[in-house]
Amino acid sequence: MEFTLTDLTHLLPIVIVAASVLVAMTIDMFTKEADKTLGWFTALSLFAAAYVSLFFVDKTGVHLSGVVASGGATNILHFVFTFGAGVVALISMEYAKKTEMRVGEYYVLVLSSVLGMMLIAAAKDLAVIFVGLEQMSISFYALAGIRRKRDKSVEASLKYFLLGAFATGFVVYGMALIYGSSGTMALDTIRYAFPDLVSQPLFVLGLALFVIGFAFKIAAVPFHMWAPDVYQGSPTPVAGLMSTVGKAAAFAALLLIFRPVFDGAENALFPFLAIVATLSMLYGAIVAIAQDDLKRMLAYSSVAHAGYMLIGFASGEATGAAGVIYYLVAYAFMNLGAFGIIAMIESAEETNLKVQDYAGLGTRAPALAALLSLFMFALSGIPPLAGFFGKYYVFIAAVEGGATWLALVGVASSAISVYFYLRVVVVMYFGKSENRMEYSVSNVSLLGVTISAMLVILLGVLPGSIIKLIESFVR
Amino acid sequence: MLETYLPILLTFAAAVGFAVVATFSSEWFGPQTPNPEKHSTYESGVKPLGTTKDRVSIKYYMVAMLFIIFDLEVVFVYPWATEFGTLFGEHGVAAFWSMMIFLIVFEFGYLYAYKKGGFKWA
Amino acid sequence: MLTLEHFLTLSAIMFALGVIGVLTRRNAIIVFMSVELMLNSANLAFVAFATKLGDPIGQVFVFFVMAIAAAEAAVGLAIMIAVFRNKKTVNIDEINILKW
Repeated sequence: MEFTLTDLTHLLPIVIVAASVLVAMTIDMFTKEADKTLGWFTALSLFAAAYVSLFFVDKTGVHLSGVVASGGATNILHFVFTFGAGVVALISMEYAKKTEMRVGEYYVLVLSSVLGMMLIAAAKDLAVIFVGLEQMSISFYALAGIRRKRDKSVEASLKYFLLGAFATGFVVYGMALIYGSSGTMALDTIRYAFPDLVSQPLFVLGLALFVIGFAFKIAAVPFHMWAPDVYQGSPTPVAGLMSTVGKAAAFAALLLIFRPVFDGAENALFPFLAIVATLSMLYGAIVAIAQDDLKRMLAYSSVAHAGYMLIGFASGEATGAAGVIYYLVAYAFMNLGAFGIIAMIESAEETNLKVQDYAGLGTRAPALAALLSLFMFALSGIPPLAGFFGKYYVFIAAVEGGATWLALVGVASSAISVYFYLRVVVVMYFGKSENRMEYSVSNVSLLGVTISAMLVILLGVLPGSIIKLIESFVR
Repeated sequence: MLETYLPILLTFAAAVGFAVVATFSSEWFGPQTPNPEKHSTYESGVKPLGTTKDRVSIKYYMVAMLFIIFDLEVVFVYPWATEFGTLFGEHGVAAFWSMMIFLIVFEFGYLYAYKKGGFKWA
Repeated sequence: MLTLEHFLTLSAIMFALGVIGVLTRRNAIIVFMSVELMLNSANLAFVAFATKLGDPIGQVFVFFVMAIAAAEAAVGLAIMIAVFRNKKTVNIDEINILKW
């Protein structure tokens, strides 16, 4: 194994985040009241890593005996993880103060979960996917229960832990069968042998178990049952982190294992993917209508979005893979923005989370209402915002891949979902409010939300050049 | 052939010798003030008899968990140490430093547990 | 003579038992033990394949799974203790403020 300065610079985003974990731990160890320091340290180091990821986007290569990759789509995903988590750190500061949350562990765990995600996206070996996945998941279990005196928080944490560990069992067993049938853990070797391997039942079974494990992590029906409870019970910034960048990391692992399919190999799991995608889209959109709690509603909406993204996999086209990456970027920022605003409106006792509580926000806090409307429009897929083009690209890929009916189901589900997204907007501007709730708007949170809003608009205005950039990496 | 097993025999003799000396020296040289508590069976500080449904103090958990984690990390160090000669021949100093980085990160964990009071029994 | 099939059959049985345990047991700790059984069945499959292939990577990976499972167990038991302190039970049917 050679480790040169080139390796170090190409892996700089990962190195920055890994070092930040240790520095954040040290800050937490040696300072008493580290709230502000740690929050800003976390946000700034994540933004620095995000900048470096984009800066080194063309530095493709493999490092450390060929187990870790850099450049290209990997760095785009690194950007989503680090920038998204940076926004989460910004919206967490006010929330942590309001709810008197333990901050030391909080920021260390956020950084460590991001490190796990980056390992997944950079993996060239199944072992690296596993280590990254577990680093991310274990951090998330602890993050969900960080308000350990509150019943809801620890309950969410326990549910997430049990089902997450269950999913891990599937992933590891799937890896064992893939290893046994292909004789290797190296993703590139599997990729080149893939056309021969799909004729082996053992390999297909391993692949299916692997995908089922990750279907839990992305909350696709019928493996979604933890998502609404966990998102509702977790502290709001944590729910934002899990539902956006956490989900993006699980999709990154699926993109890696499906790479040969995007190259043109037989899509052995097409029926499975098509069914899961259809169920997720329809179930997520229909059940979200019945939800009063905004966090639960966004959880079901995230189930539906996982379905849209799975269409990109079912299509088996390279354009589908590019569409999924574009969708991940878009979804991360529109959902994070929405969670950021919910975190601001929410009280320390976890009230003000119902849709009806938002009545009259349009007149009392026009800026917040406008931003939330923007995110709701984007999530429902109204052009010309980011969400529209995300759906557009995966649907087009489905048509190219000969699965037009999946695209039609997607369009139908989007039409249903417009109802519950726009209900929030209607309530904000036209609803009559009885309670004059207190909410705390801090400039830092507002900064995080505004950055998300700008990215959502930017992705909607310039979709062509961004998707071309991503496509050039996927091919 | 047989003389290659001599170190094992010596280790064995040393182990038996140490056990014998340690057991009997405390009996011969130590002050003898017996009481019933001292004569009871020793079982890791827990009462040896009773139902199995007893709840164990939660403090036990912290120590046990930290032990498991730090104990299991040794599985990475042990193969590295036994094969270090070969690894060094193939990879040079990288073989040394990759484990050092692991151990430094590991020590951060230890220090963190220590500073946060993970080892305090109170 | 033991062949690869014997080990794989055993690991498949262990995996199935683990899945059934997770789906049917109601005590959080036993559910977690079933998950550990699933992980260990995968470990057995890895070791069997590694022996068959004459490739050490599968065996090394088992170390990773074991170490990470220990970390997961530590966090999981900490979560269960937090739940127990709040609710005085770890029965997952009684942990139901949030609808499943």
